[in-house]
Amino acid sequence: MTFGVVRFPGSNCDFDTVHALRDVLKRKTVLLWHKDHDLRGVDCVVLPGGFSYGDYLRSGAIARFSPIMQEVRAFAAAGGRVLGICNGFQILCESGLLPGALLRNKGLKFLCQHVQIRVENVRTDFTRALRKGQVLRIPIAHFDGSYYAPPRVLREIERRGQVVFRYCDPDGEVTAAANVNGSLNAIAGVRNDRGNVLGLMPHPERASERLLGSADGRGIFESVILSLERRGPARRRASAAKKARHDR
Amino acid sequence: MRVRILVSFKDSVLDPQGQTVKNALHTMGYAAVRDVRQGKVFELDLAGASKAEAERLVPEIAHRVLANPIIEKFEWEILKGR
Repeated sequence: MTFGVVRFPGSNCDFDTVHALRDVLKRKTVLLWHKDHDLRGVDCVVLPGGFSYGDYLRSGAIARFSPIMQEVRAFAAAGGRVLGICNGFQILCESGLLPGALLRNKGLKFLCQHVQIRVENVRTDFTRALRKGQVLRIPIAHFDGSYYAPPRVLREIERRGQVVFRYCDPDGEVTAAANVNGSLNAIAGVRNDRGNVLGLMPHPERASERLLGSADGRGIFESVILSLERRGPARRRASAAKKARHDR
Repeated sequence: MRVRILVSFKDSVLDPQGQTVKNALHTMGYAAVRDVRQGKVFELDLAGASKAEAERLVPEIAHRVLANPIIEKFEWEILKGR
């Protein structure tokens, strides 16, 4: 399978994401240019972190009008897997591909630190290699990460299991202190109703190798691979990784 | 024709920047300030647009681009004498 990482002017996690997918997870990965109308036949589109178009107006607001996003929208409508990380999550919300919006952090500070997130739903293409309730230690780096959705929408996404990750403490408890950016219901990541689009504020690509202090983010990419390569090797690799995590 | 568009958070959305400004004003002794909401102002120069065209165009632009309707509201006015 092939991953495509979209590069907007101002993207700054594009190379990190390519590194994680190509060098760590050993999957073919291509960079996609924001002005192109061609997804080059990729199986999964990743919108990386950064400050697309300077994040002028609002985070992710301009990127949604770029040529490549018209293609990403059509790709998602056809069931293609789309993963938005940080600024990518903001772009997906602005595009209407995911519900809600991301507001300025409650403390009005740019937050750059490791956080814990709890896996709330493992029946998604992005979490199937993980365990329900599993706590992942993954860094965040954002100014606008406070998840908001109107009350009716919030109730609906909770009811439909669209909340995939929540900020929690190291023991997996969702506490006010652990919810560092003040997100409603401590939401760190949501998927669309159909389940083929996921956005999250934490950066799994920055936590894909032991060398970086945590490899907990790998499971998200492994889940996508598992979903798209319904063949032996990936499934074995992912389940071996799952077992390894269990054994630790 | 020049128009001014004011975009601000809906009343139901917390505005931490406005809160911070309010707290600063209280610290400075302006106790009368009950609340502060921060927003953004856009001034658009519309080439040769009539009032009717502006009334069609401006809400569309504000809704599609300048404001995020999930969290923000907008109001606008035609700037006179410019």
